[in-house]
Amino acid sequence: MRTSLPRRANWVIAATYIVALLFTIWPLPNWAEPFRPAWVVLVTIYWCLFLPHRVGLLVSFVVGVLVDTLSGGLLGEHALALILVAWVTLKLHLQVRVYPWWQQALVVLSLMALYTFVLFWVDGMLGYTQGAMTRWMPLLVTTVLWPWVVQLLNLLQQRYQVS
Amino acid sequence: MFSLRQQRAPQLFSSNPAGAVRTLLLIVVCIALMFYDHQRGHLEKVHAALSTLVYPVQALVNAPYALVNWAEDKLATHNSLLAENTRLRQQALVDAVQLQQLAALQQENTRLRELMQAGSRLTGHVVAADLLAVDLDPFRHMAVIDKGTHDGAFAGQTLLDAHGIVGQILRAGPVSSEAALITDPGQAIQVEINRTGLRTLAVGSADVDVLSLPYLPNNADVRQGDLLVSSGLDGRYPPGYPVGVITAVTRDPAEPFANVSARPAADLDHGHDVLLYFPVETPPPLPKPAPSAAKKKPVKKHIKKQPR
Repeated sequence: MRTSLPRRANWVIAATYIVALLFTIWPLPNWAEPFRPAWVVLVTIYWCLFLPHRVGLLVSFVVGVLVDTLSGGLLGEHALALILVAWVTLKLHLQVRVYPWWQQALVVLSLMALYTFVLFWVDGMLGYTQGAMTRWMPLLVTTVLWPWVVQLLNLLQQRYQVS
Repeated sequence: MFSLRQQRAPQLFSSNPAGAVRTLLLIVVCIALMFYDHQRGHLEKVHAALSTLVYPVQALVNAPYALVNWAEDKLATHNSLLAENTRLRQQALVDAVQLQQLAALQQENTRLRELMQAGSRLTGHVVAADLLAVDLDPFRHMAVIDKGTHDGAFAGQTLLDAHGIVGQILRAGPVSSEAALITDPGQAIQVEINRTGLRTLAVGSADVDVLSLPYLPNNADVRQGDLLVSSGLDGRYPPGYPVGVITAVTRDPAEPFANVSARPAADLDHGHDVLLYFPVETPPPLPKPAPSAAKKKPVKKHIKKQPR
């Protein structure tokens, strides 16, 4: 059944992830750095919600390891956080998909809280305990960005018939 | 048998996307990765391969910065080049005069050291490298440089800039390396106060402009404005390079240690040009980094816990 689905347009998914990775390391002025949204999480939540048969745990793992490499942290740290986010999203995708946008944003907020908590936890075990407050800034920024990201990725998905 | 296998195979990798087995498996893999990565050295090859894989992304992010630099070079006017040339020539003259003095001082130092039968200080040579304009984890003070093992860079190598010590290479990949700045909370450097020769540790803080010196007793002779130079006792950084300048000393009689902070001498925040330091005797440094990295970690942790 899965093989009968059109497998093309893989590159659209790959491109969204590459753009997310680019934005993850894009140099920002110092004051803006704590507000950097978690682009990779947004993209992962989107694809896990709308195309759970295409993007799931394995993709999240690979992307997470890439984020780990790019951010210079411990290998597996972002991967673990991203896998947990993807897992919760996949579990709830049938409900969340039909929520109105503001309820979806609330779900994204709680998923971001999970993501940030896992990262903070691992960092805390390594001794990087600073920034207890600034760490939570990306939660709000990412949540606010969610409706726009959905619109944009919906357009992309329809335009290139990713399914 | 065949039908059983056919039924089973899709279960693990089928369209049931959030399978418990797969999730648990991947979580265990992640935890194992973190565990082995924390014990440095186990995953060096994986890191090297991954850093090569993501290098295009880093290069792409760095591209606008590189382009602006290139355009500035190409579009520089004759006049501005002339002005820069004059300025640089004057700077070279000033530097040369200071170097004359240095040569005499060095000679004197060598003679005195010979008198004291102390070994002469070895100096290394440096190779220029560029920091890529990419942001890493905001809670670690790290940087990516455009030189890797192909250019001779190695883990544990010291990074300098025109003003002092920048940090050290944590992981050297084939084409790029990750370096930790001295202000990274996980880093420490052996320093001595230039005025008195008092030795202590300078450890990174949360702030990119602040080094903290948590192990100076209240009665230590330290003042605002004192220059900190590397002592080389850590076996990692070369001795005698500027590390920072003391900015604040607060002594609280109720505390065993004074609260001393310093500003890094190197231009950690804005600099893009760094120098890779190569020690002169090339044979020892290659095997050296691994054992000292293993040794350094627990020592640091142990000391860190003491004041609490």
